[in-house]
Amino acid sequence: MVGRAVTARELILGRLRAALAEPGTAPAEVPRDYRSAGSVAVDLDVLVHRLTDYRAAVHRCAEADVARIVDEVLGHRRVVVPPGLPRHWLPDSVTAVPDDNLTAERIAAVDGVVTAAAVAVAETGTIVLDAAPDQGRRIITLLPDVHVCVLRADQVVATVPDALARVDPHRPLTWISGPSATSDIELNRVEGVHGPRDLHVIITT
Amino acid sequence: MTRSFLGMPATAPPGVGHLRGAEPFPAAARRALSDAQLRRNLGHATTTIRTKSAAVVGEVPDWPQLRAAGRAIKSDTMARLPELLEQLEAAVTAAGGTVHWAADAVEANRIVTDLVREAGADRVMKVKSMATQEIGLNEALEAAGIEPVETDLAELIVQLGDDRPSHILVPAIHRNRAEIREIFLRAMPGVDPALTDEPAALAAAARRHLRETFLSTRVAVSGANFAVAESGTLAVVESEGNGRMCLTLPETLITVMGIEKVIPTWRDLEVFLQLLPRASTGERMNPYTSMWTGVTPGDGPQAFHLVLLDNGRSAVLADPVGREALHCIRCSACLNVCPVYERTGGHAYGSVYPGPIGAVLSPQLTGVADNASLPFASSLCGACYDACPVMIDIPSILVHLRSQAPHPRAEAAAMAAAAYTMDHPALYAAAQRAAKLSRLAGPRGRGLPPPLSGWAASRDLPQPPPRSFRQWWAER
Repeated sequence: MVGRAVTARELILGRLRAALAEPGTAPAEVPRDYRSAGSVAVDLDVLVHRLTDYRAAVHRCAEADVARIVDEVLGHRRVVVPPGLPRHWLPDSVTAVPDDNLTAERIAAVDGVVTAAAVAVAETGTIVLDAAPDQGRRIITLLPDVHVCVLRADQVVATVPDALARVDPHRPLTWISGPSATSDIELNRVEGVHGPRDLHVIITT
Repeated sequence: MTRSFLGMPATAPPGVGHLRGAEPFPAAARRALSDAQLRRNLGHATTTIRTKSAAVVGEVPDWPQLRAAGRAIKSDTMARLPELLEQLEAAVTAAGGTVHWAADAVEANRIVTDLVREAGADRVMKVKSMATQEIGLNEALEAAGIEPVETDLAELIVQLGDDRPSHILVPAIHRNRAEIREIFLRAMPGVDPALTDEPAALAAAARRHLRETFLSTRVAVSGANFAVAESGTLAVVESEGNGRMCLTLPETLITVMGIEKVIPTWRDLEVFLQLLPRASTGERMNPYTSMWTGVTPGDGPQAFHLVLLDNGRSAVLADPVGREALHCIRCSACLNVCPVYERTGGHAYGSVYPGPIGAVLSPQLTGVADNASLPFASSLCGACYDACPVMIDIPSILVHLRSQAPHPRAEAAAMAAAAYTMDHPALYAAAQRAAKLSRLAGPRGRGLPPPLSGWAASRDLPQPPPRSFRQWWAER
């Protein structure tokens, strides 16, 4: 290496290769005899139980009744709307604020947000957003205090492996399990810190 | 710049960061043990989390299989670490991110400081990160005139209280709600003087306090729980939403990640996303997990920097027994079950990595001589091994490291004398009679003079029996 400065990259990789020169460092075979994707049947009741257990409000209705539920939760309030949200999900009673690159301050001043979802995990009570047009930018589900998420029953999978197999790693992903919470005070779970304090999940059949 | 010979694994440098304590574990532990409030807080918190975790782990029928898979993925990762890091670098770069390599804490602090300056910011908001605690990033930023704002509730409590973190997951675990209320009333600007000590009220106070920071700070610094080599995806697991704020709102995101956090494939996340929350906070899933790959036009930070940190990890990797400590996913389950941690708390360990995993990780990162008392900060009961979601055999590594710890000269001399005596029967019998004199040493050896007091400081001297077996046999 005479005549040239060694970069940190070369230095670290050189150190690691030297460290692995010891015997017994062959790559390992990974046993995957846990419940893999597709091995567990979906049970919507499990999802409802897990969501409720983590203080999310769950509503089940026909797709045509979504607007009625949104009216109950967010009626007469201002709601951020992602560009691809089905318009018939919004009742006339809400003031829709379309997200055309709204500033953070504007979004923070709005009461709620309505989105679709990419997939949901029954076993953990988790909703995954992938920033598709009916879900929008990550920021719009973060700053308003009420998040209403509309989920089709066929978007529900049983386990975490099922969900990972369905989503695209190259999209920004947000996995949401109940409203914002903390366990930082005496390790007791308290709902409501920085994210939305109210999470409503509407499951349509 | 001076460089050590290319290819020699190196330990973390002294004088920067928080891997070395000011005093040995026994001395720090003794002081902690005399703090009754601390012991009550810790006992309450660890009991709560153990119960919660056991309940949700019990719900998973394939928990043993997931643990075995997690262990194997980590073993495989360590065996292929250089190529996986190169793969990660290529994937992150292809997705619009910039990758930096930091050989140690000094280099990492300099890289982050320069990036913040280039972004023209004098304040950064931080997501809780063990790596940035380890390298002392906050101190480095402050020295450069940049204000770091911790946004995790527990880190905020520690920062406002001018305190040190004492737990991997819940850095303020040593504080109860009344103490947290006092810290907020004293140090949180504009706080409502009528603030109660209800956890919900305290959380709401933090929400109000940080809202403006989230909306106006242009640079954020995070750690990473996982980085997927094949896709370049980073993952941060959190609860409060402060992580989402820092990962979504700023213009520039800087992620500092220990090189051992890389995992080979996207699919591997299916193992760790099941293991981590249940072992860590005792939840089926933590409230928020964010995943991002490079930069997404129009959504989130438009500049992303990934800093890959060695800082002693290559030295850990060089030890075929000790390297298992690099498998750690920072869940802190081993802390919560450890009878030593439960009584002493995290500060006694000196390093930012406390508890059983800290007792094997910190001495290896610094070199055993710099943390020589930590491998002995355990009763070797094995509860940590049972609790570890990736099956790190912490007791075996502790024993392995004990053999590397330098022993005090008096102890070495005493052991040599004992060996000679035991080889000579007449001497041995005389020594047993003389052992009765050890009553002069006081109860459990606490009255021994130096240098023997050093030995007895962390050990109890047994009470000698009135008669030895050989005396009893002769008189029978």
